[in-house]
Amino acid sequence: MSDTTVPVIRAVPERALPGGAAILLAVALALAVARPVLPELLVRVPDWAIPPYQDWMQALFDFIKDDLGLIHVTRAISAILEWFLDVTANLLYGKNRWPYLGPLPWTAVAAVAAVVGYAVGRWRMALLAGGTFAWIALIGQWDLAMQTLSVIAVAAPTAFMVGLILGILAWKFPRFEAALLPILAVLQTLPFFTYLLPAVIFFKVGPTAGCVATVVYAIPPMVLMTALGLKKVASEVIEAGHMSGSTRWQMLRHVYLPSARTEILVGVNQVIMLSLAMVVLTAFIGMPGLGAKLLSLMNSLKLGRSFEIGVTIVLIAVTLDRISKAWVVKQPVHFERGTPWWERNRLLLIALGAFVGCILIAQFVPLANEIDRKHELSMGSEIDTVIRAVLANETIDAATAWLRGFLTVSVLIPFRDAVLWLPSLSVIFILAAAGYAVGGPRSALLAGGFFAIVALTGWWDRAMITLYTVLSAVVIAAAVGLPLGMLAARRKKWAQPVLLICDTAQTFPSFIYLIPAIMLFGVNDVSVIFAIFIFATVPLMRYTIEGIRAVPEELLEAADMSGATRSQKLWKVQIPFALPTMAIGFNQAIMFAFFMVIIAAFIGTQDLGQELQRTLAGNQLGKNFVLGMCVALMALTFDHIIMRWSATRRKVLGV
Amino acid sequence: MSAAEPIISCRNVWKLFGQKPESFVASAKGKSFEEIRRAGYIAAVRDVSIEVGRGELLVVMGLSGSGKSTLVRCMSRLIDITDGEIIVDGQNLMSLSEKELIGLRRRKMGMVFQSFGLLPNRNVLDNVAFPLEMRGQDRHDRRERALEVIKLVGLEGREEYFPRELSGGQQQRVGIARSLAIEPDIWFLDEPFSALDPLIRREMQDEFLRLRGMLGKTIVFITHDFDEALRLADRIAIMKDGAVEQCDTPDKIVLKPATEYVRKFTEDVEKSRVVHARGLAQPINGHAVEGPAVPANATVLQLARQLVNERREYLPVADAGGKLVGAMNRQEALDILLGSA
Repeated sequence: MSDTTVPVIRAVPERALPGGAAILLAVALALAVARPVLPELLVRVPDWAIPPYQDWMQALFDFIKDDLGLIHVTRAISAILEWFLDVTANLLYGKNRWPYLGPLPWTAVAAVAAVVGYAVGRWRMALLAGGTFAWIALIGQWDLAMQTLSVIAVAAPTAFMVGLILGILAWKFPRFEAALLPILAVLQTLPFFTYLLPAVIFFKVGPTAGCVATVVYAIPPMVLMTALGLKKVASEVIEAGHMSGSTRWQMLRHVYLPSARTEILVGVNQVIMLSLAMVVLTAFIGMPGLGAKLLSLMNSLKLGRSFEIGVTIVLIAVTLDRISKAWVVKQPVHFERGTPWWERNRLLLIALGAFVGCILIAQFVPLANEIDRKHELSMGSEIDTVIRAVLANETIDAATAWLRGFLTVSVLIPFRDAVLWLPSLSVIFILAAAGYAVGGPRSALLAGGFFAIVALTGWWDRAMITLYTVLSAVVIAAAVGLPLGMLAARRKKWAQPVLLICDTAQTFPSFIYLIPAIMLFGVNDVSVIFAIFIFATVPLMRYTIEGIRAVPEELLEAADMSGATRSQKLWKVQIPFALPTMAIGFNQAIMFAFFMVIIAAFIGTQDLGQELQRTLAGNQLGKNFVLGMCVALMALTFDHIIMRWSATRRKVLGV
Repeated sequence: MSAAEPIISCRNVWKLFGQKPESFVASAKGKSFEEIRRAGYIAAVRDVSIEVGRGELLVVMGLSGSGKSTLVRCMSRLIDITDGEIIVDGQNLMSLSEKELIGLRRRKMGMVFQSFGLLPNRNVLDNVAFPLEMRGQDRHDRRERALEVIKLVGLEGREEYFPRELSGGQQQRVGIARSLAIEPDIWFLDEPFSALDPLIRREMQDEFLRLRGMLGKTIVFITHDFDEALRLADRIAIMKDGAVEQCDTPDKIVLKPATEYVRKFTEDVEKSRVVHARGLAQPINGHAVEGPAVPANATVLQLARQLVNERREYLPVADAGGKLVGAMNRQEALDILLGSA
């Protein structure tokens, strides 16, 4: 029982490309080579062969909405949500609704945030939380930020509750889980526009729709984490519960849920972070708040103010993330016997005192209540001037201009043309070959089939532009991220801060990454790719470092004693061992890229995202759904191939 | 002592794991563990018939995978058996409804686990009071009772501590206190001391014997440690491949191992520490016994000096009340002490 198992890389004979994969690949190549002589029929699915999915979907949605009366149900739900949203809106920024108490003075909110920070993470967290709210007030973005937070304050608890209940059901009923998992997988890859439009149509425009889209977007990880946590409860704890004579309900309430605390709280963290990411994006359906302001500022190229809002969003993201993570690891500590109640609830009392105190002070000191335009410290225009001056600097300007030109002319356009030139069948066969190589006929069918569906929707060319943008950005990200990751992984001293940076950067809502891209490259294809590139580099670096750092010490010592040089050790031991983990990073990079490329639509891309954005204006639910599924299917194909490969590889390595 | 009034009796109990154990079990009867495995099933418990008398301490001993933990889980119906029957205190365990089973556990059973099975979010007091809370006792009552058992296991002053703030030995004391909170008649202990360091283990065994003496409960104790079994047991059931190889008092197991497998365990045991005068006592028929008697619960080792100096061929053996229980052959005892020539 106590013998430690040392993971060993088992010798696996290098397999030749499995026959099926080779054949599929050969077909793909043959089709590509024969492109000039192929009948048009085989190059693209002809228009007459494309089924009118959009109309079907539209008809289906209309049927569900009007004939089945779903609209009445959703309207009822939105009435409830709206009531809650009005309450938070009144408290946080003084919307004229019940309970007519707000807005709360900024000092009161900041003080309570600081005490909460202190409760979970002592002075550092107190400073971060209090400081964030102070910054928001001082920079003059209080109302914007509160508009955003008032939606999160309703969406995150709702997503938590729904996710928790679904998670419990999934854990209790394996069949329900089997049905739910694929839906969740699709939900996690659907572009956010596909969340937004149904939300607008089924729930009212404005905060309610934003809130619903946010809830739906944030639910999947909560479901998964809850089910995972409940499954992981130690068997002896469960048995102890049974032997104590617990009923089923008592088991769930007193044994399972408390024991799954860690996973459930990780789910809470994810819910909060996804809520923030989505709430910022609801700007696209006209929801007021930080996102909307950022969108309009970027559209009018007001970089200084955009930058300030970016900082605000980042600060909020980091605060929410760190506090919820600190809560995950916080363990209960006992009080000595006979500790009086005010000692036990000290922080609660301090929070209450600070809250009431700040409200009282705010009655007499206007600045403690609200910071008006005259007193705010925004340096928007000054920063704007600085940024423009820096960018106007000849070297920087020349460098970005050259990079832009080089990328566009020599890399991006040729690649795009090549992808567009390939016959659809050829692309389908390439993916089927990849699928076959990692998972046999089933995966081949899945990968080829998903792309075949995309071809049959008639949006092939748009889809290929999306794909090309994603792939080129991820390739560039890999070229930068992998070497940097390997370098950082060499020393613990380097790895830790880099991991911390990656960790922090991953909490930023994706929207943020567009700010530097637009600053540097203006509004064009290159800035889209640049934004995706930064966004996708983060997971690549992170998983590279984690993969390499996870190589067991004995293995490295064994390599050293075998006389391996540093580079031999890297290439023969560390990288083979880290590859499955690195693959996860690669997968995440691709998923991020698919997400980002759609957001970038507002810059003026020509891909599926652009079409998707247009459906928002026209309320074309059917088309919106078809386009969304195209993106989801492409993303799912890559997800399946990469994760399948990683899983097989892990098994081979015995980790 | 020997099952005069059994509180638990297992009759031909089977527990199979596999695809369709219920339909396979009929054809499994009479087959060996290997044969059953080749058919795609694991026989965790194989045709076990065993009785535990009221107030008896039965130790189930076996190596990992021998089915001992499964057997004790069958007795508490944490696992449903595939075939056979288990009668606990006059009730057929498998015929109980969920509600009756919960009731039985709330009134009569307590269990201690190898890795403690404590709830991490509750402090010592609330962990110990957990079974009382489950059966709906009011706050004041359960606090009172919990403090009582916490004192009993020597954890006074640690009531407010959380499990992770305690050492392994202390955590197991919490587990023991929790299992005793409802004053169960039947006490199951599943390798309670295996996760502990040797010194702590020894200390906990002494503690356990002290509690046992005080409480006088029926106990089923699981262990993989033969020495522990010899030290604690009234009777030992030795399991291998799901079946009971031998079930007897420690003296008998050491003196007359039923199978080769059991004999291997006894090989390295210092028999004189284990065998008692009672175990060697034969019916007096015709032997000339005279002189002072030796106490029945003394081990051969404890009698060593006397055995060497004695001249009598047979020594009378008397129990604590002075009643004669039989006669012990001195040569036989000396052979155990010195090893047969």
